[in-house]
Amino acid sequence: MKALLIAVGLLLVVAACGERAQSGPSKRKSDTPAWDAAQDPFVVPGWKSGDQASWESQIRNRTNGQNEYPRIAPKS
Amino acid sequence: MARMKFICDAERCIACNGCVTACKSEHEIPWGVNRRRVVTMGEGSPGERSISVACMHCSDAPCMAVCPVDCFYRTEEGIVLHDKDVCIGCGYCSYACPFGAPQFPSNGTFGMRGKMDKCTFCAGGPEPNGSQAEFEKYGRNRLAEGKLPACAEMCSTKALLGGDGDVVADIFRTRVLSRGKGSEVWGWGTAYGKPTGATAAPDTKAAKS
Repeated sequence: MKALLIAVGLLLVVAACGERAQSGPSKRKSDTPAWDAAQDPFVVPGWKSGDQASWESQIRNRTNGQNEYPRIAPKS
Repeated sequence: MARMKFICDAERCIACNGCVTACKSEHEIPWGVNRRRVVTMGEGSPGERSISVACMHCSDAPCMAVCPVDCFYRTEEGIVLHDKDVCIGCGYCSYACPFGAPQFPSNGTFGMRGKMDKCTFCAGGPEPNGSQAEFEKYGRNRLAEGKLPACAEMCSTKALLGGDGDVVADIFRTRVLSRGKGSEVWGWGTAYGKPTGATAAPDTKAAKS
């Protein structure tokens, strides 16, 4: 009986040492992917809404448009 | 998968602030908030350089790590965005960010600090793409329109490049290899002529022999 009481006592003493996870579920809303075309009149043609590959190709082409070297004459 | 990145070429930036203006105009940013700004180093001294700075959409973003309400998230394209409905405007992110990207509007009562605002890479936020709610909270969603950030597309000297990281890196590599160094740098030779005879720097090989 005494041993049982000691065991319960020890259990109560160390019970406070436990730690609960403090991170709860985030209340953040989920976002729509960029390849779902915006519902406004400013969407550029040349790609298909909802098609990730098509959107990525459009973005790559548009990024390449920032390179002026293909447009200027090669160095002599 | 495209990973979106910005890069600013200090050799080309002329500190015109076109990127800052394009950003403010595109997203109707209020006074006191600058999602993008131009930083000049060594102003007035020879070798002065300017770069355009905004949120760098870090791969291991410190703002995300310190946010007590976990309002940040990263899109599949590597863009760091946040939910303004969850943000409490505590400002921890602004202390954590090494680029000073998080901005706080002070238009509330007694200049109270509002919800954090920062560069979204023109990708909006967690609202339907192109909706009025998204525009009012985060600005235009140009990526969902098949475009790139307004700052990069408006840059007149193409110092600021933005878009698919692989393509941006290729453009920059080509540029660095093509333009050479010193007076060979793209633009200087065109504007001021290439070095000739007396004014040319001595040939190091000839000097050694």
